[in-house]
Amino acid sequence: MSRETPESRLESRPDSRRAIPDRLSTPGARLLRSWEALLLAVAVAIFVANCFASPYFLDPWNLSDATFNFTEKAMIAFPMALLIIAGEIDLSVAAIIALASTIMGMAAEAGFGTPALVLVGLGVGLVCGAVNGTLVTRFGLPSIVVTIGTMSLFRGIAYIILGDQAYTSYPPGFDYFGQGYVFWVISFEFVLFAALAVLFGVLLRRTSFGRMVYAVGNNPMAARFSGLRVGRIRFLLFLMTGLLSGVAAICLTSRLGSTRPSIALGWELEIVTMVVLGGVSILGGAGTIAGVVIAAFVLGMVTFGFGLLNVPGIVMSIFIGLLLIAVIALPRLAARLAPRRA
Amino acid sequence: MADRLLRSREMILAVAIGAMILLISLRFPAFAEPANLGRVFNDTAILVMLALGQMAVILTKSIDLSVAANLALNGMVVAMLNSAFPGIPIPALILLAILLGAALGAVNGLMVWKLDIPPIVATLGTLTIYRGLIFVVSGGAWVNAHEMSPAFKDLPRAALGLPALSWIALGVIGLAWLLYTRTATGRAFHAVGGNANAAVYAGIDTGRTRFAAYVLSGAIAGLCGYLWVARYAVAYVDIAGGFELDVIAACVIGGVSIAGGIGSVAGAVLGALFLGVIKNALPVVNISPFWQLAISGSAIIIAVAFNARAERRKGRVILRTAEHRA
Repeated sequence: MSRETPESRLESRPDSRRAIPDRLSTPGARLLRSWEALLLAVAVAIFVANCFASPYFLDPWNLSDATFNFTEKAMIAFPMALLIIAGEIDLSVAAIIALASTIMGMAAEAGFGTPALVLVGLGVGLVCGAVNGTLVTRFGLPSIVVTIGTMSLFRGIAYIILGDQAYTSYPPGFDYFGQGYVFWVISFEFVLFAALAVLFGVLLRRTSFGRMVYAVGNNPMAARFSGLRVGRIRFLLFLMTGLLSGVAAICLTSRLGSTRPSIALGWELEIVTMVVLGGVSILGGAGTIAGVVIAAFVLGMVTFGFGLLNVPGIVMSIFIGLLLIAVIALPRLAARLAPRRA
Repeated sequence: MADRLLRSREMILAVAIGAMILLISLRFPAFAEPANLGRVFNDTAILVMLALGQMAVILTKSIDLSVAANLALNGMVVAMLNSAFPGIPIPALILLAILLGAALGAVNGLMVWKLDIPPIVATLGTLTIYRGLIFVVSGGAWVNAHEMSPAFKDLPRAALGLPALSWIALGVIGLAWLLYTRTATGRAFHAVGGNANAAVYAGIDTGRTRFAAYVLSGAIAGLCGYLWVARYAVAYVDIAGGFELDVIAACVIGGVSIAGGIGSVAGAVLGALFLGVIKNALPVVNISPFWQLAISGSAIIIAVAFNARAERRKGRVILRTAEHRA
């Protein structure tokens, strides 16, 4: 991850988000020009296009089913957004899901009940997050490589435990987390997703911890000299990401009703895509939870809409890849063209 | 001083690989026989070549996550061409694979150079796009062994003492050594990643150098695409899925710093061989192959820790080390 160093400062451009303008524009104008507004427009466009493309799209139950496409990934995308804003990244999240799910399967096999399984899932997530956090903060290692390593390690342990087998027997009641409905078509997972969105939105926007996260991401040196415990903040963020990966593991295991070591394979890239699409700067220091929420809906609706049109999943991934590159490239292209006009 | 440190890093790896082979051969003498070691090298050849290409990208402080998808797309294209038009000479197919691979690499490079897109994001995007394109090109169908011409499948196996695949890998290692140590471009890779500002003042175009690194990585991925498909005699959408992480792991284990500017050909080759020896040794010593993932994960973490120590001792930029401690 490139950080703000004396060298990179030389490369930074006047259009950077950190530039201080002479005159502030009105809040309304800023909102309209914001990333979230652009993304929301994309979301609405996709929604409308879907309504015309397939007569089955506007069915409440279909829409409810569609939310499962993104709720579990979005649960991890929230802490991941904080982590990326703070200038770090965690590529091991999908592997944490695999390990947590495997150990929950072991516990279920040993006869433990639903509450114990939930504790096991959360515990494994916390331990994995602590491993990542310790390696990054205590040993000062770059998080991208560390988490590529732990990604192999965590999923590797799941493979050692399970091999080519699968756990399929979970206690009654455990299926509620992934298959239960709170009210009519509103699933438990969707409620959890909404609650977490609010929780993380408030945490990032309205608490001093949230401001610290931005500070660490913008300039870790300045943050340290301001008395922030940069290492501890980073560690907490890794812990949080691990914990929420455990939560996602519970929901996914409960929804599928079975565990294989290849569970959630490749999710880390989809989650990072969701976060970046949501307007979080991959270089750290900028981004909002609202953006991530809208990005989750965009990705979920694209997947669902294409699914209704019988477009194969792999072709959707082309679209998602193009979307990812386009949303990053377009503002940069626009910013490059703008000063010439002025 | 730096030179000695780097050399000691490669020494550690070489000793580790040697010790591993020795330990295994105590129980299973057949493992250390030259013929078997040749097989291990042959099995690792593709990883070695890809690591040498990825090294150029990582040296310039970037990353190429799309190599495996690039490889698979090229492999599918040449396999389909071969099954549809068996008359096309194999060298032409290989050339096509290399050019197409270089073009796909150039797409990455242009995004990083001209659009200033962060390398992880750009190559994450092309990773999914290239994978998806394989499906579009093939319609999800497999190209099986009986659909490929014998000449297509036999080339990597043709033996001149060693299989041709090994000879190609040795050739690539030789060329890479020349490129990285004896040409201005090769030195520029190091310079751009080591200190981008100093590189600019020295007259190096950092963007163009990064672009060149991506083209190189892509070209090697193209070559390996043909070799992979011909060697395993099958092409489908998911070949080499997730292999990009093995390639990055080989580089990191070989001492190529993810922060850019540090790395050597010998290191990258040894890093790849380290993973290759582990992979080939597990079945011999009767450990379930399911252990491999966890072992290579641990190797990566240990290697990064080693890298960090080596870099810190060199004390390149005072402020940066202070930042790391922060």
